Amino acid sequence: MAFKAFKKLLFGFAFSPSLKANVFEVTRLASFLDASLVFVHIGSKTDEKEQQFQNILEECPDIPPNVELFWRQGKPVDSLVNICKELDIDLLLLGALKREKMVKFYLGSIARQLTRKAPCSVLLMLNPSIDRHPCKHIVVNGFDSPQTKETIEAAFEVGQALKSEKLTLVEEVSESRVAVAVSDDRSLRKATLRKEKINREEKLRVVDIVKKIPDQKVQGLNWTTQSIFGRRGYSIGHYARVVRADLLVMNAQEESSFLQRFFPKDLEHILAELPTDVLIVQSHKDE
Amino acid sequence: MSNKTGFAASLKSLPKNLFSGFVVSLIALPLGLGLAIASEAPPLAGIIAAVAGGVVVSIFGGSHVTIAGPGNGLVIVLLAAITTLGGGNLFEGYLYTLAAIILSGVLLFVFGILRLGAMSEFFPATALQGMLAAIGIGILAKQFHIMLGIRSVSGDTIDQLMAIPDSFLNFLAFHPFSGLIGFLSLVFLFLYSKIRNPYFHLIPAPMWVVVVSIGIGYYYNLVLKQATPIDPELLIKIPDQLFTNLPRPNFNKWYDLDFLGVVLSITLVAIIESLLSIKAVDKLDPKKRRSNVNKDLRALGLASIVSGFLGGLNVVTVIARSSVNVNNGGTNRSANFFHAAFLVLFVVFLGDQIQRIPLTVLAAILVFTGYRLATPENLLRVYKIGPEQALIFVVTLASTLFTSLITGIVIGIVFTFIVHLFLSKNIILFSLNIFKPNVLMYLEEQSGNYYVSVKNFCTFLNFYKLKAKLDQVPETEHAIVDFSLCDFVDHTVMEGIHDYQRSFSRKGGNFETIGLDIHAAETQHPFAVRKTLPINVLLGLQNALSNRQKSLEGFANQIGWEYNPELNNNPEGLDTFLFFESKVINYRINSLLKPDKTFSVFDLSFSEGAFITKEDLKATFLFFKVNQPLPVFVLDKEDLKTTLYQWAGFDDINFTKYPDFSKRFHLSGNDSKAIRKLFTPELIYFFESHPFFHIESNGRALLIKGKDRLSSLQEVKMMLSFAEDLHLLLSHRGKKVQE
Repeated sequence: MAFKAFKKLLFGFAFSPSLKANVFEVTRLASFLDASLVFVHIGSKTDEKEQQFQNILEECPDIPPNVELFWRQGKPVDSLVNICKELDIDLLLLGALKREKMVKFYLGSIARQLTRKAPCSVLLMLNPSIDRHPCKHIVVNGFDSPQTKETIEAAFEVGQALKSEKLTLVEEVSESRVAVAVSDDRSLRKATLRKEKINREEKLRVVDIVKKIPDQKVQGLNWTTQSIFGRRGYSIGHYARVVRADLLVMNAQEESSFLQRFFPKDLEHILAELPTDVLIVQSHKDE
Repeated sequence: MSNKTGFAASLKSLPKNLFSGFVVSLIALPLGLGLAIASEAPPLAGIIAAVAGGVVVSIFGGSHVTIAGPGNGLVIVLLAAITTLGGGNLFEGYLYTLAAIILSGVLLFVFGILRLGAMSEFFPATALQGMLAAIGIGILAKQFHIMLGIRSVSGDTIDQLMAIPDSFLNFLAFHPFSGLIGFLSLVFLFLYSKIRNPYFHLIPAPMWVVVVSIGIGYYYNLVLKQATPIDPELLIKIPDQLFTNLPRPNFNKWYDLDFLGVVLSITLVAIIESLLSIKAVDKLDPKKRRSNVNKDLRALGLASIVSGFLGGLNVVTVIARSSVNVNNGGTNRSANFFHAAFLVLFVVFLGDQIQRIPLTVLAAILVFTGYRLATPENLLRVYKIGPEQALIFVVTLASTLFTSLITGIVIGIVFTFIVHLFLSKNIILFSLNIFKPNVLMYLEEQSGNYYVSVKNFCTFLNFYKLKAKLDQVPETEHAIVDFSLCDFVDHTVMEGIHDYQRSFSRKGGNFETIGLDIHAAETQHPFAVRKTLPINVLLGLQNALSNRQKSLEGFANQIGWEYNPELNNNPEGLDTFLFFESKVINYRINSLLKPDKTFSVFDLSFSEGAFITKEDLKATFLFFKVNQPLPVFVLDKEDLKTTLYQWAGFDDINFTKYPDFSKRFHLSGNDSKAIRKLFTPELIYFFESHPFFHIESNGRALLIKGKDRLSSLQEVKMMLSFAEDLHLLLSHRGKKVQE
């Protein structure tokens, strides 16, 4: 599965107080990625709204070459999903909502559903601002799955485009893989040795993946690996927060069954307490 | 003191463990008898529990230096069980309780299999202390009257407490002689730790009072040719045929709610007491091994089942006896076995003598035990951590006293949680995050450090999550725990973190906590609850220096050294000395430091033993680094104690050419060849001609200790001049060797 570059971006916007910041962010991103940008508003089209939006757009310092504006009616989630399919969008951009009186950011139900149903990759923007905050440190998951190669490539691509300095590939290893219950000194030693072994294996695996990525994408970016023994999906989020990463890149969730929706898994931990901006890379099963 | 591993070494260490097993049995005998009688069970029931514990746990257990037997905390539970389950008939109640003991043994075994050893972390530390204090008061209340010879006081704990002044005033009217012996025994038990004679301390205090009381009986019989003035109803009775009349446990009430409640209480208290004891004894293990708690629970369960079928009380890990084991050289589980063997020998061969022990003396031992559990110092210590902790303590104590054990601890847990809510004023923090994972741990590749980050909140409710991660870090490594993302950290966690710091520094690792600086605490105590709030700057009042401190400061100025009067909770570099192997260092204070940092003199507060055998000691030490590496050795004065150790297998390196030195000093160490090379005639003469100090080498530095108390200024000067001469002699020797 080759990675398809992000060339067509879509931002679904609402007229909220953070609209201006969001617009500035997405236009900046599009120009970095050298991509075309589509704005969609789900709701009625009025002259007032259109004027308001155009005013904001004019203030943007870097406007990408192709900008389109659509107005659609209907259910937000389904309409956005449809228009993504229609226009063959590569990357869907969403803003996070700030919970009143709590500084934590969370995703409303619309955004959550979109991350599940979107046919393309999704970028969740945590803290949009008018001025640019450089994206210095990217954390990307190295989970053992066919999707991961594309995800890592996407991370490098974005890193290059945004001129990041550092990239960390995190392999989350489930504790059960160690399979040694630590109860006394002997079992502790056994567990520690087992972990060292798994650490080496994981590192080799991830380094292998990176080797397969064309050199020019990797050059210039300082990249390292880090294994974490912990719950998948949760550990990487906590890690991203601890190292104060600017962007977290994850695999999209595999087809989740009805039952899986009830038990928080992987992405749910991240979505519940957004540590950073999150890019969820959708893999393409067909070339 | 050899450190070799393997079967040969275990064989070699058998004499040591035999010795320590013997000393433990000296304290286990009176305790076993007393605990059984206090629970209204036959006296032998306690001994049976100790024997079952010693045999079964030494074979199947997972810890190394613990001793198993009847537990202090269980007296209250078993007493309630025996008196109520039989509907008034004590013997019937005893038979039902045996069945309960067997079932609780099964439960314990199952807990061990399910790896629920981590459960102990769920109990908030202060609430547990309150519960244990309530148990202590319960024991004390009942046994106080018996100690004075009055057996007629009944009612619940509060009634019994109220009746104490009455009993005290009137006891002479009942059984004056026995009561007086009991009371004097209690006084002796309190004064025991103040007497610093090493010969005296070879025999544990409970054994002293027992032996003396038996002696009094013999004195009357043999010397005065009179009947002993101790009333026969106040003497212990042991049945004649021990092995034929085993009681049969009665399982008929297994469906009864009361019965099930008893089983649950016994299991709960057994788990709490055992887990707390195992944790505490791990801190005293000279070989710094980590115990397999779940394996121990399984062994304790098995032992309880065996004990129940034989008519004994249930088996838990006991801390006082374990600490006596460690202090007397116990190194592996055979000590537990030997203690059981000696108990059997005592009962079989000394049965007659045992029956001359007055109940009042045993009651005195129990009153002392109860006092140690409930000492007011505990409340003061808890208050120093934070006023809300004192409140939790008192609430749990009161609710346990007025209701039952289980209700008491449940109220304690709920109240602790309410206090947390009140302190953090943030119920959302807890409700949203209680089931979420909140700990991240990874190994930093460049530094080799284990980095742990904790989010949201960390209290007794979710400490087990943090513990599960921390337990996976080898204690020889460097661990950093970061609480910056955590909004609330409670006292149980702070104490647990402190335990980790201790065990890491004992094994040569490093355990750091960061991120707590931005948290405010009610008090400056290291265990106080931390919450993120604007920091209140607390201006502490600087305590004025004492006279001794002033003179130490003057001396430091005189010789151009630095003087630091401040308390240091975590003095480094001392754990490698053998002296502290089975002791816990509390703090260092009043340190004098030479500018080039090679010499330092300081006072140290440390404790030996645990619980009722705990002794808090203070002494002044001198520490200096040496230029060239030395073999590891300990030089002690030769006296009765070290002679006994020799019999128990601790080698003394003797010099046939220097009989005076060999006679007066006890020199030990692993590398006898290197030690003999080090001890040249000049060095031997030096030691022979100078005042005696306890000297140890850990290879790179020497530690010198004077008396078993703080040294006066003059003594410090003597110690310093001694050390400087020694240093000169050693460097001179080093130069000679190089030439």
